[in-house]
Amino acid sequence: MKAPAFRYHAPTDVAQAVSLLASLENARVLAGGQSLMPMMNLRVAGPDHLIDLGRIPELAGVAQVPEGLLVGAMTTQRALETSAVVARLCPLLSEAVSNVGHQQTRNRGTIGGSLCHLDPGAELPVAAAALDAVMIARGPQGERRIAFADFPADYLTSTLEPGEILTHVLLPVASARAGSAFLEFNRRPADYAIVSVAAHVTLDEAGRVAGASIAVGGVSHAPVRLADAEAGLVGALADAAACAQAGRLAATLACDGDDLYPADYKQDLCETLVRRALGAAFKRAGAGHV
Amino acid sequence: MFDPRPLNVTVNGATVQRTVDSRVHLADFLRKELGLTGTHIGCEHGVCGACTVLVNGASVRACLMLAVQAEGCAVQTIESVAAPGGALHPIQSALARHHGLQCGYCTPGVVMTLLELQRESAGRAVSEHEVRAALSGNLCRCTGYQGMVDAALEVLNAPAAQS
Repeated sequence: MKAPAFRYHAPTDVAQAVSLLASLENARVLAGGQSLMPMMNLRVAGPDHLIDLGRIPELAGVAQVPEGLLVGAMTTQRALETSAVVARLCPLLSEAVSNVGHQQTRNRGTIGGSLCHLDPGAELPVAAAALDAVMIARGPQGERRIAFADFPADYLTSTLEPGEILTHVLLPVASARAGSAFLEFNRRPADYAIVSVAAHVTLDEAGRVAGASIAVGGVSHAPVRLADAEAGLVGALADAAACAQAGRLAATLACDGDDLYPADYKQDLCETLVRRALGAAFKRAGAGHV
Repeated sequence: MFDPRPLNVTVNGATVQRTVDSRVHLADFLRKELGLTGTHIGCEHGVCGACTVLVNGASVRACLMLAVQAEGCAVQTIESVAAPGGALHPIQSALARHHGLQCGYCTPGVVMTLLELQRESAGRAVSEHEVRAALSGNLCRCTGYQGMVDAALEVLNAPAAQS
C-alpha cells in the first residue's frame, strides 16, 4: 500500500528539528526510513507530520573524541559497515552492523533509527547494550545523556521524551586485550534475528577475564544483559569451560516465546550463541585456552 | 495533492523538476510521473527488492524512500543500463545467457544490485559468497538464483572489464 498523507518537513539543523517536533501534533522523526516507511505503507503508523533528519549534516559521521567513538545518529549502517575507523576502534559495532538487513536497506538505514525503533529482532540495540553505549539526545530543554540500559522503555518504545531527538551515540573504544563477537541465528541470512548475542571481554595479562559484558536480543522487548554470567566470568580463566558455564546460565534466561519460536527453543539458542560468541571474543582478545 | 513539494532530481542523467505530493515514494514517482516503468513494485514494504534503484550510486529500496527525499540526488534506473541503441549491458546479457531470469519481474532490481556490486568490487575478484549476499536483498521466485550467481561471477570476474 501507499503511506497515508502527511506534511513533510526537512529541517537543516537540530534546533529546527527539535522545535518542529515539540510544536507539531502527531509528528514523527524520519531517519533512514527502513522501518518507519514500511510501517506507514502498511498503515501501522500514520503521523500527520514527518520530520526528515536527512538534511542535517551535523547528525551524520563518526569521530574519535576523548570519551570514545562519537557516532552521529544519522550515520548510515553501510557507512559504519565500511568504516575503517569503526572497524579499528569498535569492532563489535562493525560486526553487528554487517548483520543488519540487506545492503539496499543498510545504504539508507541509520544507527539512530535502529536504536530508537528498538525492534526486538534488531542487531544494533544488542551491540549498544553490550557496549554500554551512551545515547545523546537533544530536546527543548537542551542536551541529555541516557545510558543505553535506561534507553528502552517498552516494546518499540524508547525513553526519549516528547520533543527529544537522538543526535549521537557514544561508544567506548576497544582497549588492548579486548575482544568481541556478535552472533545471531535466523532462518535466512539478513532476516531479523530470532536470538542474537553480543559479547565483549577484556583479559588481564595472565589470560584471566578482567571484564565481560554479554547482551542477548530477541528474547524480550529490549536486549537483556547477562549480569550473573558476567559477574561469574570475572577472574576466571578465559577458556572453554568459562564459555560453557556462561552458556548454561544463558539457558536459564526468561524468554518471550511464540508458536513459531517457543521460549525453550530460544533458551537453547541463547546457550549455544553465548557459548560461541564468548569463545570468539576470548580468541580475539588473545586468549590461548579456547 | 495534500502536501505539494518542489522536487529537483537527476534521473538517468537528465534534470527533472516536478511538484510532488510528499507521500509519493520514489518508485511511484519514477513510474507514474516519469513513465519509467522498468522499476517494478513488488511488496511495497521493503522486503522483495523489485524496486531497487541506485541513488547517488547506492542501491536503495525505492518504495521506502519518499520522492522528496531524493531532492538534489542522482537516481539511476534500469532504463539507463542498456546502451541507447538497445545493446544490453554485459550483466544483462550474462543474465540472459545463464538463465538468470524467467518471468523478469525481479530482474531490474537484480541488475541494479549487481551494478552496485560491480562498481564496489572494481579491480578485484568477487566471491560467490559476496554475490549471494548482495542478491539476498532481491527475491526471485523463478530461477533459484544459480543462473544469476553464474552470470554475476562471469561478468564481475571477467579478465578485462566488459563495461
